[in-house]
Amino acid sequence: MSPHRTKESLDADRFPSAPLEGTLLEVDEIKTHFKTPRGLVRAVDGVSFALERGRTLGVVGESGSGKTVLARSIMGLLPRKNVVREGSVRFEGKEIGDADPDQMRHIWGSQMSMVFQDPMTSLNPVTRVGRQITESLRYHLDVSRNYANELGVALLDSVGIPEPERRFREYPHQLSGGMRQRVMIAIALACGPKLLFADEPTTALDVTVQAQILDLLREQQEERFMAMILVTHDLGVVAGRADEIAVMYAGKVVEKAPTSVLFTDMKMPYTEALLQSIPKLSDKSHTKLLTIAGRPPPLVNPPRGCRFAPRCFYVQDKCREEEPPLIAGETPGHEYRCWFPVGTPEGKEALERNRKAGIAPPPPSEKSEEATATDGQREGALSANRASAPGGTT
Amino acid sequence: MAGSGTAHLRPADETLLRVEDLVVEFPIGRSGLKVNAVSKVSVDIKAGETLGIVGESGCGKSTLARAAIQLPKPTSGTVLFEGTDLTTLKGEALRQVRPRMQMIFQDPISSLNPRRKIGDLVREGLEIWKIGDKASRDQKVDEVLDAVGLDPEAARGRRPHEFSGGQCQRISIARAVVTDPKVIICDEPVSALDVSVQAQIINLLADMKERYGLTLVFIAHDLAVVKNVSDRVAVMYLGKLCEYGPPDDIYERPSHPYTGALLAAIPVPDPNVRPGEREALHGEIPSPIAPPSGCRFRTRCPKAQERCAEEEPEVREIAPGHYVACHFPVDVDEELDFAHGAKRAPGAKIGTPDAAPVTA
Repeated sequence: MSPHRTKESLDADRFPSAPLEGTLLEVDEIKTHFKTPRGLVRAVDGVSFALERGRTLGVVGESGSGKTVLARSIMGLLPRKNVVREGSVRFEGKEIGDADPDQMRHIWGSQMSMVFQDPMTSLNPVTRVGRQITESLRYHLDVSRNYANELGVALLDSVGIPEPERRFREYPHQLSGGMRQRVMIAIALACGPKLLFADEPTTALDVTVQAQILDLLREQQEERFMAMILVTHDLGVVAGRADEIAVMYAGKVVEKAPTSVLFTDMKMPYTEALLQSIPKLSDKSHTKLLTIAGRPPPLVNPPRGCRFAPRCFYVQDKCREEEPPLIAGETPGHEYRCWFPVGTPEGKEALERNRKAGIAPPPPSEKSEEATATDGQREGALSANRASAPGGTT
Repeated sequence: MAGSGTAHLRPADETLLRVEDLVVEFPIGRSGLKVNAVSKVSVDIKAGETLGIVGESGCGKSTLARAAIQLPKPTSGTVLFEGTDLTTLKGEALRQVRPRMQMIFQDPISSLNPRRKIGDLVREGLEIWKIGDKASRDQKVDEVLDAVGLDPEAARGRRPHEFSGGQCQRISIARAVVTDPKVIICDEPVSALDVSVQAQIINLLADMKERYGLTLVFIAHDLAVVKNVSDRVAVMYLGKLCEYGPPDDIYERPSHPYTGALLAAIPVPDPNVRPGEREALHGEIPSPIAPPSGCRFRTRCPKAQERCAEEEPEVREIAPGHYVACHFPVDVDEELDFAHGAKRAPGAKIGTPDAAPVTA
């Protein structure tokens, strides 16, 4: 047996001392289709993006928009059978899109790892928590059992679990939901990955615990100069935490922008509708919510043209015929797929026409005094956002 | 927090449902220990109102609502529904009240029998209660399906798996309203749904309330949702009432430190609000098997004093219609430091077990 590595050489690997520059992950026209009896399900249909080291990308969308499949495709966690994959994934400049599980095994855990949505079912119920944390430490880092245990306890401590020595020896059922999610994070962080996927890490948790877990993720990310892809259906979760947000709909990215740009200058009607359907604390009670009628299209035979057209308030004949390409916005890094973008003359005209025809709802009657924009709908959404800021403090 | 008392209740003859000093305890095996799920909580609802109940998992909000409809029967306390004390009813007499109280559950897909057709599922209540003849039942089923936004022709013959989560929740709502109930208890009806579908269901519940003259008890852990639907809000913590009143008041001027903490934890869809600026609540909810003495929130409360460990606060009025159970209610502009609150708080002076995390 080879002598185990020293603590110093390990720490150098696990905790880079300075932020590293450059692109960490490049995803190019990735497609993931599932063969099913009903036909080919186009779960991810041509998604491209690049992620810098240490940055956070938020991926937002409804159920069935393909956001989880996207994360799993990048990480190579999907079964090989009945799955058609295309496109390239470059991690640190190396192509991993076609890597087989044997090659990926050296990347999973040590280079990129994932925190799953459901902490109740993602841990092995018959194995002690400690063993589940040290498993990857022993595999990737070649450390002695004692030292791995020591690291494991330190990890539990760093994710905010009280009495880490005791918890280390317990089974998952002895922990609460929030604690289990902390253990999941400890497992994912064990070997100091450069990229962390957080797939709806807080959806199964209470608001107070959600805030704790999200703060923990950010803390750990800053400490380790780690990049993160945060997948969620809640725009509120990514608003203050992501550097960039990609909105997904029916397997495609429909809008991508730096976070502040997305919230102030959204172009895609879907993004706008998604934001408007969130109940806001600043609204009076019994405020009627604006909804997106219907549900996402079937991914077996997506509609021709824009995939959001059947539910869109801005829809015109052109939208039903031609699929809009990704158009670059005014701000660098802002891209969207829409023929009649929100806030542009064409968009306003389209919305006006639809309002007259009764397809789109009339503009909200109550307007906030501070709003100055002219577009009724967006004005409502944005002023509500501004007003909700003080609501967040006690 | 952790308040008892009935100061906030309105006269019994004005309310449709009045729950007074409700206690629900679950024994743990033969150990002699018990889970204090709900401890002396009082709430009331007038006809046509919506009562929102918020709190973290394990605060007893579902148990309170279920005990109110006698599922399970509460350990003690009274539940007045239309002037009758339900806790004294048994068997057939209690069964006769049931069609007037319905329930909608959190997981819409697993709360519908997967082997039955939608038409039969919705019709079930009518058949059990022998309401109308076959033709009028058919008509009623079609009417409620249409009211919840489903096409009766298409939906009747299909089974739950053919519908999405939001549609299944619509079916659950149709099932609940078919017997013309007075009260519907909605137990986290939108927690399992996407934001876009959530908005549809919230709007639908508001429509149904108007159309069928319903009174709703709405349980959720999302404060923004509760604010949107409620006429009065009850904030619960570890089996006790913390704060009670009209939503606009509670949300603008949260008086209980716990309400403030809950509000601070909500993610705001605005990139200019940096989450780090708001201090969230630390630690976890203590075990309901051995809750802290005095005010049950004191172990996590930044304002806790000796008195909080010794004396349980009673519910009292601090503004018209706005009630709080706290010895040291929060002023409007006060900043709370939850990060260090737990450390500054006096320890378990009277020998109460402190903040053991909840399991199960």
